[in-house]
Amino acid sequence: MFSDLDPVFLARVQFAFTVAYHITFPAFTIGLASWLAVVEWRWLKTGNPLYEQIYRMWVKIFAVTFGMGVVSGVVLSYQFGTNWSVFADKVGNVLGPLLGYEVLTAFFLEASFLGIMLFGWNRVSRKMHFAATVIVAAGTLISAFWILSANSWMHTPAGFREGVDGLLYPTDWIQVIFNPSFPYRLVHMVTAAYLTTAFVVGGIGGYYLWRGLYVKHARIMLGMAMIMAIFVAPLQLLFGDLHGLNTLKHQPAKVAAMEGLWETEKGAGLRLFAWPDQIEERNHFEITIPKLSSLILTHDLDGEVKGLKSWARIDRPPVWVVFWAFRLMVGLGMLMIATGLMALVLHFKKQLFTTRWFHLWCVAMTPAGFVAVVSGWFVTEVGRQPFIVFNVLRTSDTISPVAAGPIAISLAAFVVTYGLVFTAGAYYILKLIGKGPETTEEDTYGSHGVKQPPLVTDLAAGRGGNDV
Amino acid sequence: MFSFESFLDLPLVWYSLIGTAIFLYILLDGFDLGVGILFPFAPSDPCRDRMMNSIAPFWDGNETWLVLGGGGLFAAFPLAYAILMPAFYIPIILMLLGLIFRGVAFEFRFKATGKSRRIWDYSFHFGSLMATFMQGMVLGTFVNGIAVDGRNFGGGAFDWLNAFSAMTGVALVTGYALLGATWTIMKTEGDTQAWARKCASYVLIYVALFMGLVSLTMPLMNSDIKELWFSLPNFYFLQPMPILSVVFFVMLWRDLRTEREYRPFFLTLGIFLMNYIGIGISTWPWLVPFKLTLWDVAAAPESQSLLLLGTVFLLPCILAYTGYCFWVFRGKASHEHDPAY
Repeated sequence: MFSDLDPVFLARVQFAFTVAYHITFPAFTIGLASWLAVVEWRWLKTGNPLYEQIYRMWVKIFAVTFGMGVVSGVVLSYQFGTNWSVFADKVGNVLGPLLGYEVLTAFFLEASFLGIMLFGWNRVSRKMHFAATVIVAAGTLISAFWILSANSWMHTPAGFREGVDGLLYPTDWIQVIFNPSFPYRLVHMVTAAYLTTAFVVGGIGGYYLWRGLYVKHARIMLGMAMIMAIFVAPLQLLFGDLHGLNTLKHQPAKVAAMEGLWETEKGAGLRLFAWPDQIEERNHFEITIPKLSSLILTHDLDGEVKGLKSWARIDRPPVWVVFWAFRLMVGLGMLMIATGLMALVLHFKKQLFTTRWFHLWCVAMTPAGFVAVVSGWFVTEVGRQPFIVFNVLRTSDTISPVAAGPIAISLAAFVVTYGLVFTAGAYYILKLIGKGPETTEEDTYGSHGVKQPPLVTDLAAGRGGNDV
Repeated sequence: MFSFESFLDLPLVWYSLIGTAIFLYILLDGFDLGVGILFPFAPSDPCRDRMMNSIAPFWDGNETWLVLGGGGLFAAFPLAYAILMPAFYIPIILMLLGLIFRGVAFEFRFKATGKSRRIWDYSFHFGSLMATFMQGMVLGTFVNGIAVDGRNFGGGAFDWLNAFSAMTGVALVTGYALLGATWTIMKTEGDTQAWARKCASYVLIYVALFMGLVSLTMPLMNSDIKELWFSLPNFYFLQPMPILSVVFFVMLWRDLRTEREYRPFFLTLGIFLMNYIGIGISTWPWLVPFKLTLWDVAAAPESQSLLLLGTVFLLPCILAYTGYCFWVFRGKASHEHDPAY
């Protein structure tokens, strides 16, 4: 029944599905852990109970998200073997230690201190609790370091040799770990994670303000989120550009696909819209801005950009996916920058917390980070095809000796399970958002945004004392 | 490129390290999977809440040992990983799906209200059951031997499905249930504890039965294993294992009829250790039984050395802070979901 299905394609779809599903959780928790650390630090520093209430609300959302991230991540550590065993055999010497270090330096740290972060309130001191939050946040970043190093190596392999047995052997660990695309990818991805979180937090803050709920908490959420949008979103454009130039140097075919460029051109235009056709080797319905592509990529109006036809057909990545995923990512990035600019203008007009259409806009931008992150991964991973390790190993040569049947059935099982789990998780997160931060009566006292009267702080400290 | 190859038998070091990691996984996730297996049989909802709370701070860390098992095998013995994973394709996937359903239940259950909480109770139970049963089947398939073709798995998609592996599957379910029950005795009091004590006494009988069955069938099915255990002088050297197992069983049987709260759990750990060592001896030195030894499937010495360098420092740290977390959450579990929330 599955004999006419291609196992390589099914295995690719399965990996793309499970990894894209998984990445949405770390993309959120990396940023959320760091943000929670900042919020808890503000609480310890100022004693302002609003920060504590915000922390306690978001740490529950963190717990749900982190749990889904963990269970979907365990799957990945086994999938290299189940679907890509030849890959595991051939690159194990090089990538194995990197993944090993991820487990040893990050996963245990996150998993162990998460318990204290979630359940340790009354069992450890406030300082120790804060330390646990910081450790979890550090763990998420260490994890990103190793997994992005391993992933980058697949794009820009370095520091290895091919043995006579066809296996890859490391020759220089520093070159393996700090391979050419790694620094760019790490910065780009961690920044993306921070922005993803910022737009979620900002979206929820915007929702509360729009509905007139938990206004004081919402101001802090939206305010902190917009600081990220104003300062970090434009930086991400710069990081993305640098990453793109790095890709041009090491994987020019990927850039050609991103640009939808078939012929090698001097003074290549930027295709705003096009419908790439892999078979006819051209674009339909092109709308082009002259010379802009050359300007961005070579910093010269008449610079030469290599087109896809420079590579044999079998060495070209699927153009349509790369081309459109790239436009989606960049488009969302631009909207993020625009949001930051709007926030800046409204801030100087002192209308950031009263402009209702802007709050609604922030609600609409809530999923922007997730979509941008996933489409960014589609650009880079599909753009690496047909190779699994760029110019070294072809994807089609590294699949397990497993028939299409089991892969198709397990793919279906993952889709159904993840669908159910995701729906339930989203439902409970929405419920937590609906419930909002747990406020105390004292909070209704106090004027807008200015310093809390000392009475409130004292009361809050007293209340905290009663809880213990 | 540095390498410790000249003065260390690296594959052997890694075999022991990964063996230890997998054993820690079996112990640690064993008790929380066991709690999941016993979950629906608990006498009341507050009992279930207590049981859940007793493991909620730990399950995530416990499951990380499974990631270390998989990741470590990939890093230190990539060829074994590349052959075993396709060999266990279906049971591994089913185990992972089970772990997903039980893992999310921890958070979802306390967020759910009314009838929908029941869904997550069952998700937790059946997820735990499925994951455990599949781990047992993987174990059974492993000790039965794996078909190899060159550097690939050479068997069929359903090689893992047979009566023996089904038996080891059920055996592991009873084993984890015993771990879960003795853990519950240690971490709860009152009704819940009394119930867990009763559970443990029943389960203990099944554990003994299945251990006997597995210990008998393994040498019968494989003449090398029979030779190993029953030839002289091996027979005398290996006696401590079965004797200690019996001693632990008897002590546990008696402890369950006293007020002891801690020792039953540690005696169960002892029983698991004896079994684990027994299986280790039976399959020595195979990592892909009975085709490839641990030296055949080892990663390049420089790869094993790099990871070993870090492991020497990191593993003690991990054990220390894992211990710290268990210490922070010492004492009896409450039935309230984190009272500070």
